[in-house]
Amino acid sequence: MLTVLLLIVLICGSTGGEIAISHGAKKTGEPKRMRPWEVLVFIGQVMSNPWFLLGIPLMALSFFALLILFSWHPLSFVIPISALSYVVGALGAKYILKEEVNAARWAGVILVCAGVALVAAG
Amino acid sequence: MVLAMVVCAVTGDLLLKRGMSEAGAVQFTGSGLAHGLVTMMTSAMIWLGILFLLGFMASQMTVMSWADYSYVMPAGAFGYALQTFLAVVILHETVSAKRWIGVLLICVGVVLVGQTKPRTAEITAAGAGMARSEVEKQMEEKVTASC
Repeated sequence: MLTVLLLIVLICGSTGGEIAISHGAKKTGEPKRMRPWEVLVFIGQVMSNPWFLLGIPLMALSFFALLILFSWHPLSFVIPISALSYVVGALGAKYILKEEVNAARWAGVILVCAGVALVAAG
Repeated sequence: MVLAMVVCAVTGDLLLKRGMSEAGAVQFTGSGLAHGLVTMMTSAMIWLGILFLLGFMASQMTVMSWADYSYVMPAGAFGYALQTFLAVVILHETVSAKRWIGVLLICVGVVLVGQTKPRTAEITAAGAGMARSEVEKQMEEKVTASC
């Protein structure tokens, strides 16, 4: 039961965190040119965005859940299940970030999810 | 840029793995953990690995400023394929058939996603929707309150 709860924290924490950071990066705009200095300035701006500050604790929470799960279960159990975060991430992108996830993208996400599960289990 | 992201992540992981293997297995006791921490902090390999992971974080943020999250996320999984390949070539690990099938599935999936348009949602710094900016304001208040 506690394992299921931690797996939910792991998956939702990492996808929630990445969605928040992605939103923060888009709200900041784009670096005008790909010069190292401008990219650094851009990253500094993203890091002071409230969405980024929301994303970091979510990812930290997910990381701690991962460490606790590792101490209870083998890697080949934890990582394949955490591959579900690709599907949850695509759902989040569609419904929270309002991205257009078409059939090709769904197929790709599901293949990647299955592939990651196999790689981790193998 | 996505390539830079994947290369940074994989190189970072490999360096960390190499560095940690050199340090030996960490014992889960007080002195064992302390000893492990000291070896980690003094290992050039580990620091280089961390530097690469920071590079990954930076390139991911930059890519996400113009590409969809649902586009970048699966593309990042290409790292597993590269990792398997490098594990064979550099670390001389043996790889099971199951794992090769997984790598194949990932590659097909990444190619499929790669063919879609990188950006579908329009969120700009200036023009955000009414409802969205409402939610945002509340979020901002929450974050500042918690700080």
